[in-house]
Amino acid sequence: MKPFISLNGLVCPLDRANVDTDAIIPKQFLKSIKRSGFGPYLFDEWRYKDVGEPGMDCTNRPLKKDFVLNQKSFKGAQILLTRDNFGCGSSREHAPWAIEDYGFRVIIAPSFADIFFSNCYKNGILPIVASAKIVDQLFRECAAQKGYKLRVDLETQTVRNPAGEWFSFDITPHRKHCLLNGLDEIGLTLQHADEIKAFEKQHKAAQPWLFN
Amino acid sequence: MAGKTLYDKLWESHVVREESDGTCLLYIDRHLMHEVTSPQAFEGLRLAQRKAWRKDSIVANPDHNTPTNNWNGGIKDPISRLQVETLDANIKDFGALVYFPFKHANQGIIHVIGPENGTTLPGMTVVCGDSHTATHGAFGALAHGIGTSEVEHVLATQTLVQKKSKTMLIRVDGKVGAGVTAKDIALDIIGKIGTAGGTGYCIEFGGAAIRALSMEGRMTLCNMAIEGGARAGLIAPDEKTFAYLKGRQYAPKGTNWDKAVAYWKTLVSDKGAKFDTVIEMDAAKIEPQVTWGTSPEQVLSVGAKVPNPAKEKDAVKRGSIERALAYMGLTADTPIDQIKVDKVFIGSCTNSRIEDLRAAAAVAKGRQKAANVKLVLVVPGSGQVKRQAEAEGLDKIFTAAGFEWREPGCSMCLAMNADRLAPGERCASTSNRNFEGRQGAGGRTHLVSPEMAAAAAIAGHFTDIRKF
Repeated sequence: MKPFISLNGLVCPLDRANVDTDAIIPKQFLKSIKRSGFGPYLFDEWRYKDVGEPGMDCTNRPLKKDFVLNQKSFKGAQILLTRDNFGCGSSREHAPWAIEDYGFRVIIAPSFADIFFSNCYKNGILPIVASAKIVDQLFRECAAQKGYKLRVDLETQTVRNPAGEWFSFDITPHRKHCLLNGLDEIGLTLQHADEIKAFEKQHKAAQPWLFN
Repeated sequence: MAGKTLYDKLWESHVVREESDGTCLLYIDRHLMHEVTSPQAFEGLRLAQRKAWRKDSIVANPDHNTPTNNWNGGIKDPISRLQVETLDANIKDFGALVYFPFKHANQGIIHVIGPENGTTLPGMTVVCGDSHTATHGAFGALAHGIGTSEVEHVLATQTLVQKKSKTMLIRVDGKVGAGVTAKDIALDIIGKIGTAGGTGYCIEFGGAAIRALSMEGRMTLCNMAIEGGARAGLIAPDEKTFAYLKGRQYAPKGTNWDKAVAYWKTLVSDKGAKFDTVIEMDAAKIEPQVTWGTSPEQVLSVGAKVPNPAKEKDAVKRGSIERALAYMGLTADTPIDQIKVDKVFIGSCTNSRIEDLRAAAAVAKGRQKAANVKLVLVVPGSGQVKRQAEAEGLDKIFTAAGFEWREPGCSMCLAMNADRLAPGERCASTSNRNFEGRQGAGGRTHLVSPEMAAAAAIAGHFTDIRKF
């Protein structure tokens, strides 16, 4: 996993609530057995006029010009600004894979769906929960200022706007440690293999029917 | 001391270790798998030269990509076929307790086959790279969906890194009226709490109306917990649960059965247990539900009218309603029972079990699908469900009514196989999600119960099952 430390990134505003993972990456792309290459199909139905198929070359597909990702001024954005309950629905990790492959490293929203939220951390994406009031302000500033950027710093857990105003966000120490260092969580867990084995032994003694 | 909730008990009995910030390693008893969310996890294991920690925890089968007709023709789409064959190869290499390959007599939707072969048991932790793992909470198992990185983590370590959720009790008191099903209870709840209402919570369902549900009804309800934002739904096991499980292939036998039942009887929320949130509902007030929009929370009773965005004060909500109406091709204030349908889908991990098919067949019996309805797909949840339905003659009732009787699989719930809506087509569906494009790009989905779906197929439009 790529570590995440800080970035000063262009903000792309996606002004919708309840964006589901079917919208983030439609089902036909889930047939892939790889982790990479989903970026061109991110928000496929909102982004293109035709129906996308896996493996399709997207360079000449007809675009829905008013969709925000297709607007020139948001090209190269690394921060996605959106509304409540982002990432709801299906558990597909293809959603954060597509978001990361497209180039986003940070998502700011008032709330996220649970499974999507934890999937982000496994893929070097920092999901930031900000109050609805702050999110409203960021949307307003983004609409008013061309090339609007935010500076996100994980060490200090802060987001700073171009005027120098800032807010802080929460993250568990475990997730912060893994993101800052780009750590493989499995390797960390396996350091406790003896404890898992010991637990398993007593669990089997108590409920033998759980083991076939 | 305050009593414990069922969730507390399930959680505490699986904690391997806890960090100072509350992050826990949680032991996983059952790992369900399908072909879509597992290939990258197995690839990760191979790259790191790791083995599966406990292969006898794995129950797997392909379901999302498999066709529902002409099985002898195999899987035509080469990308789908490769994904299914990749699961075959991965299970062969890493092992499993149960594996039903494509065309096996017992193959089906993973959330249907787990309970029916007794590999889902009370007191377990159950995970799957699939959000509808919440289904298994119907047995008093702590069951939730995970991402592919977590699938790999469970394969390699038999644990998950988790923090404890908050607890919510939804108590549905009283008795539902005739024609009101577990699906209607689920949709009514989601309409009230919203699709993010359960975010961060594990929901326990209780009350007389929940106790009165069959095990299959309980599975339908817990299945939809995720559509209310909760990773897991729970119902305390009781005599119905034990009766359902007894004698199933992987259920405990002999003295182990008696010991297990004695333990399972302790899996209830104690009197005085404290929940973070409690919601009380009156079952008698729940009516047959139909979703009108592109989120499961956009739902109303069948007798209602499509909402008018002009009446919504909140700008974000108003925008959502306007966008949903435009996508769904609906006009504000249209009575729901005047909305015509093009296709009907009866199936999915929400509503494809034998009781669902019996309920749909009872409506279809001796009737004909309406001329404006192009296709009615009935897709059983598993090979076992299919055989049972055929033994009862349900398939004949469906085909006589002009419905199609298919092979088991996920089918048009998410349209990864050939079963899908064309752009603009409108579907009455017993599945769980009405998101844009869910059943095919541009398709329009209305979620309903199996009875309401069958009635829409016959009438050609939504209709109140209580008057049908």
